[in-house]
Amino acid sequence: MDDTILLAHGSGGKLSHELVERTFLPFLANPTLNKLDDSAVFEASGRLAFTTDGYVVNPIFFPGGDIGKLAVCGTVNDLAMNGAKPLYLSLSAIIEEGFLLRELQRIVQSIRKAAEEAGVSIIAGDTKVVNRGQADKLFITTSGVGIVPPAVDISGANARAGDKVLLSGTIGDHGIAIMSQREGLKFSMTLRSDCAPLNRLVSQMVEVSSRIHCLRDPTRGGLATSLNELALQSNVGIVIEEAKIPVKEEVKAACELLGLDPIYVANEGKLVAIVDPADADKILARMKKNRYGRDAAVIGEITSEHQGKVMMKTRLGPSRIVDMLSGELLPRIC
Amino acid sequence: MKFIDEYQDNKLAKALARRIAQHSLKTVRLMEFCGGHTHAILRYGIRQLVPKAVELRSGPGCPVCVTASADLDKAIALAHLPGVIITTFGDMIRVPGSYSSLQKAKAEGADVRVVYSTIDAVEIAKGNPQKSVIFIGIGFETTAPTIAASILKAQQERIRNFYVLSLNKLTPPVMKALLDSGEAKLDGIVCPGHVSVIIGSHPYEFIPRDYGVACVISGFEPLDIMLCIDKLVEQIERGEPKVEIAYPRGVKPEGNKKARQLMEDVFQISEANWRGIGVVPQSGLKVRGKYEQFDADKVFSVSLKPSKEPKGCRCGDIIRGTATPLECQLFKKLCTPESPVGPCMVSNEGACAAYYQYGAADDL
Amino acid sequence: MCLAIPVRIVSIDGDEAETEIGGVRRRVSIAFTPEAKVGDYVLLHTGYAIGVVDEAEAEETLKLLEEIASLSEVH
Repeated sequence: MDDTILLAHGSGGKLSHELVERTFLPFLANPTLNKLDDSAVFEASGRLAFTTDGYVVNPIFFPGGDIGKLAVCGTVNDLAMNGAKPLYLSLSAIIEEGFLLRELQRIVQSIRKAAEEAGVSIIAGDTKVVNRGQADKLFITTSGVGIVPPAVDISGANARAGDKVLLSGTIGDHGIAIMSQREGLKFSMTLRSDCAPLNRLVSQMVEVSSRIHCLRDPTRGGLATSLNELALQSNVGIVIEEAKIPVKEEVKAACELLGLDPIYVANEGKLVAIVDPADADKILARMKKNRYGRDAAVIGEITSEHQGKVMMKTRLGPSRIVDMLSGELLPRIC
Repeated sequence: MKFIDEYQDNKLAKALARRIAQHSLKTVRLMEFCGGHTHAILRYGIRQLVPKAVELRSGPGCPVCVTASADLDKAIALAHLPGVIITTFGDMIRVPGSYSSLQKAKAEGADVRVVYSTIDAVEIAKGNPQKSVIFIGIGFETTAPTIAASILKAQQERIRNFYVLSLNKLTPPVMKALLDSGEAKLDGIVCPGHVSVIIGSHPYEFIPRDYGVACVISGFEPLDIMLCIDKLVEQIERGEPKVEIAYPRGVKPEGNKKARQLMEDVFQISEANWRGIGVVPQSGLKVRGKYEQFDADKVFSVSLKPSKEPKGCRCGDIIRGTATPLECQLFKKLCTPESPVGPCMVSNEGACAAYYQYGAADDL
Repeated sequence: MCLAIPVRIVSIDGDEAETEIGGVRRRVSIAFTPEAKVGDYVLLHTGYAIGVVDEAEAEETLKLLEEIASLSEVH
């Protein structure tokens, strides 16, 4: 087979078949996918959760992961944030002509590993190839379906005054890992993206408590944006303490260098949980036992004041508003 | 992190707050000149820690906020020239000029790249010999030496496709212009710490001498700023205004001679057009004749439509210290970070953006 | 104009230095601080060291702050 992806690989003919059968199928194989029917047919009953996301990250390979891992974890996590057990994913890849085959193979391996860890199967897929310059190397879209267990009711609108706000670990890891690779912002660090599937963490949390009200994974826009979204959805106020938010030294340092605030930097393996105060301690304890919740902490609580807004008690003492991220996160000189 | 964490201690902050409250008897109006100080004051909630009698006003030390519309229009026009790559600090990308922004130009197909350092801009020039790489040179005396160094590097390495659009400005002359206008009625100035690392403390001496205004040079950690405010209040209560360095770990009275030498070699002083203030004599830097092959102004010509300022925008008043963002009719209503009217809302350390992002509970 | 961060010099290579802060490493130009030595902290602004941090003065400032704190506790 050729070293690079050609337009012919997306045209549906022999080369397309070769691409699917040699590069994708062997590694993502499962009975449904192997049928190679036009659609995947499966049985499912109960309340279903369904989500979709496009992945256009640049660079496509970064410390701690790549676009493939991201595409699986992101969608798995979206399902998990409503308490759903993720079952199946579809995968659509739009490849730029000239993309290296061995890089595609690497990404498929990442997808396989991530899907295995999350316990999901890819049961439908599609590949298209576009002319050079019409896509930035590779875009992936994944859709996912899962089942929400009967007793579970987790939604961004469920927060109540008095609830505690839990965070599963350190913030800003992913965003800084990505920025460290970009042109002009290179600095060497041992920091890796926190990209990870959180569905097992969530099912462990749900096992110890039926009083988890909201879950959200703070991706683009960071912790601050997710908290604002929850405050608006539930029409409550949120109060957090800066000193309680776990941040790695390297992320702090990188943010200082670039003039950024870690609460606005993206994460790909963290969640915020808003829970009944009576269960906060035991949920926290359970989170800490999971490798993705080791640094979990209670960072704040829900209040009936300043509805729709988030306030933060700064490290220095006084409180201030934390707004959503507006525009892009850009490094500053001032 | 050393030399950062120690200056964020909240017990020490409370102690300083108590001390300032003890000293401060009459109402004083202080200007924090630098946008970085405005940002820090609001981010850490310092406004809530100092007594109401201490009024803090923002100043024109935000290089993005004071870039004249006409100059930004020129940068945007250059971006649209064929074969041009614009390199700029992130701060500039979203600022609205009269008709567009660098970000919009990028969306329309212009090659606009954010760089962290002028070093990166020179690298981009090296890597793209067929293109003309223009660096948008904003900033004050902290940044000017680095821009000068990039021109010298380009000369040394015989890079023929690197240019600088010099929009650099100087700090003491605009302070003089503000004090001369008497509009802001200042009692003291929180002087920019990192500009002072370069220029030292002597250039500020005319301020207490000719205007009776207190001057204290401050670092950027919250305790640095509070210590500075404490010293300013003390000077003002005593009626003994002078220039003091409250950031001695960074600032020496004589500044950084090497950096200034480079600046003086590459740049000459000229008048500059400050958005919201107007033309201030001897307050800007232009590339000297001997380096004119790197001067974007000399090498490229663009035709511009007349520049204009957005209606109702009070950025000018805000950077001159005669109003706070809360007093602007557009603030939060028509002017927000998503749809900014003026530069003070777009720039990350513009006063309006800082007030919007970090407003205290009582601003809700 | 304002954002300059104290970073520690780990090694020097002519006009440039390898620096470190909180585990993050970055190469910076020391063209303006030729007197900087390995182990010194310099203020980093857009890729250049603009000054060497005076550690003795830093100590003095902290001592001053602590003094202020202990005096105001008396009240």
